[in-house]
Amino acid sequence: MSVLELQQVSFSYGAKTVFANCSLSFDSHERVALYAPSGRGKTTLCRLLAGYSKPQAGQVLLDGQPLPQMGPCPVQLIWQHPEQALDPLLRMQTSLQEAGPLEEDVLHRLGIKPEWLTRYPRELSGGEMQRFCIARALAVHPQFLIADEISTMLDALTQVQIWDFLCSYCDEHEVGLILVTHSQALQDRLATRVVNLDSL
Amino acid sequence: MSRKHLFANEESALHEGNDASLQAASVQAATLSAQGFELPTVFHRPAVRRFNNRRQTKLICLVSAAILVAIALIGVLLMPVAMESDLSQARQAPSFEHPFGTDNLGHDMLIRTVAGLSTSIGIGLFAALVSSIIALILGTVAALGGKKADACITWLTDLMLGIPHIVFLLLISYALGKGFWGVALGVAFTHWPSLCRVIRAEVLQVKQSSYVAVARSLGRSPLYIALHHVLPAVLPQYLVGLILMFPHAILHEAAITFLGFGLPPEQPAIGIILSESMSYLSVGMWWLAVFPGLALLLVVLLFDRAGQGLRRLLDPARAQE
Repeated sequence: MSVLELQQVSFSYGAKTVFANCSLSFDSHERVALYAPSGRGKTTLCRLLAGYSKPQAGQVLLDGQPLPQMGPCPVQLIWQHPEQALDPLLRMQTSLQEAGPLEEDVLHRLGIKPEWLTRYPRELSGGEMQRFCIARALAVHPQFLIADEISTMLDALTQVQIWDFLCSYCDEHEVGLILVTHSQALQDRLATRVVNLDSL
Repeated sequence: MSRKHLFANEESALHEGNDASLQAASVQAATLSAQGFELPTVFHRPAVRRFNNRRQTKLICLVSAAILVAIALIGVLLMPVAMESDLSQARQAPSFEHPFGTDNLGHDMLIRTVAGLSTSIGIGLFAALVSSIIALILGTVAALGGKKADACITWLTDLMLGIPHIVFLLLISYALGKGFWGVALGVAFTHWPSLCRVIRAEVLQVKQSSYVAVARSLGRSPLYIALHHVLPAVLPQYLVGLILMFPHAILHEAAITFLGFGLPPEQPAIGIILSESMSYLSVGMWWLAVFPGLALLLVVLLFDRAGQGLRRLLDPARAQE
């Protein structure tokens, strides 16, 4: 079991303070839903947790250690907008290879069709791109997976398929899942704990 | 086959410029009308059948490139002939024997023009290559090298854009002792700023993109990111910038040679030909200026066509802006 924690983290954009002295911890058995109104800093928190941004004060620790600077980050973020997370000039298989060898099983369970592999991002729909982003994040075997509103643009059936897969994958591999969502239903169904950012 | 399908076929055939499927469609149309179907008139069929834009652009690029390469090669071969003078043939107006006429010393102006253009293309090639490499290096360093490097390079770029090209070119060429190298280096050192700006912007955009952040998070090295994400994004801009630099380089070479700060007078070059022709214009030897001038214009336009075409092919969406 591993623990991901924010220790007295402060972060601000210029004069606008998003987090002041904020502490929070997640463990890898949990599925935590983060919840807050728009503009409160959900995405900023995700970026901090996954090491995309550095806090201006405080630390982000994984099992008591700062996130590694070299090699794949053990906390992987799945972005809200998959079209921004994929290089428009690379075919999907090239983008996937960036993460290392892939498990056929994951591709199959995510419903990725083999013919999509040779396509460019512009030739895929949002949902199809999002599946690739999930597969790519899982290929580095993260300890925590952060899903930042990943299902906003998906239809209900696809949402069910992706969430079912993510939940069972995270249970099998003991990966902590942190999900950001506005949907009350998703929070109720998936999360073992709900954190309201306003209460921090 | 339904009528709708038939027209879909014919339409797609027209778009693809595919003769086989067009023929198939018209054969089907003939069969249908023979069977008593009345076919509506197609109003939106192009009056003149032509290639689609992409094929047309490719053709223009290839033909321009072929003509330019041919001029460059033929010019090199003709160089010794262009130096020969035959005083018995001096000052002849254009004829079948000498389509561009002859000058005061009996040089054939057609041969001299082609040789001159070849020199110009050579200088253009060297200058554009050096200049674009300077632009590539400075643009990349500005985008990736931190705030101070960026500030220095941006300042230098603005400074260079602020000075009139031709003045700076004259100074460099004069300082290097004129001649081929003076001109070539002068042009090379003055033409990088605008491409440098483009490359800096492009690299900055890729650097700040989410997919580069993801690649970093997946454990990829800066070198990997440079080769797999930045380079493919910058390469098209670089190639187009390189080719569009040619016409500039050639015109500036001709300009400073015309002013007497460039190539030596015995070398066949368009600038020399034009500046020599000035003394003979009042005597009525118009052909000395008109044909070489037009030929220079043609070469510059060909380069421009090739560059614009390449840009349209590589980046169709943004080329329309």
